[in-house]
Amino acid sequence: MLQMPKRAHDVMVAHCLVGMPDEACGLLSGNPDEGRVTRCHPTGNLAASAKLYTVDPKDHLRADRAAEAEGDAIIGVFHSHTHTEAYPSPTDVNQAPDPDWHYVIVSLRDTSPMVRSYRIVGGTIEEEPVVLTDR
Amino acid sequence: MSVSVNLPTVLRVHAGGTKTVEAEGATVGEALRDLEAKYPGLVGQVINDEGALHKFVNVYVNDDDVRYLSSLDTPLGPSDEISILPAVAGGAVDQSGFPGEAA
Repeated sequence: MLQMPKRAHDVMVAHCLVGMPDEACGLLSGNPDEGRVTRCHPTGNLAASAKLYTVDPKDHLRADRAAEAEGDAIIGVFHSHTHTEAYPSPTDVNQAPDPDWHYVIVSLRDTSPMVRSYRIVGGTIEEEPVVLTDR
Repeated sequence: MSVSVNLPTVLRVHAGGTKTVEAEGATVGEALRDLEAKYPGLVGQVINDEGALHKFVNVYVNDDDVRYLSSLDTPLGPSDEISILPAVAGGAVDQSGFPGEAA
């Protein structure tokens, strides 16, 4: 399960919408043991593409330091799929950097954004529920 | 010269779970290779068989990505800090159904 404050969720979805027509991406920090997001860190997409994303390495370093300053760690990444469902593509699976991370996909295919989260371990995809919290 | 190297979580297993390790070297490449003797297996995740940086990691000296400096030849000063983070990328490119893509 991935717990996410509503505010972080809204920041994430807004970043994805603003990034249209390209894919947008960002990082999620929080407590790695509890699967609880504290903060959403929107990042640049260096790929500047509607089909690919690359988290801007400078933004990643900044987010990593900000998370650490709060006693947290980066625990996941989000990105948008602009024209497809919120399910990891083979590219997403092959390039998943950390088996402990949560992989959140925001699909903008339909009128309402669809947010889903996955664990990707050794090439195996497992969906997990996303629970929005007040804090 | 001794510098601190911050490791991402996926590489800490090679260093007994430690987040920050010390390395000796006048350049980024020397410092990273210095870690190989102390933490076998770690450097192979950062430098490929051709002796270049793996594309799926980002290495920084202080605030700067070394790909925009001199990569592994980037010189180190006494108070410099190296950070290693995974390169994070993906996308919907391989998924069928994208408008305009051939089936």
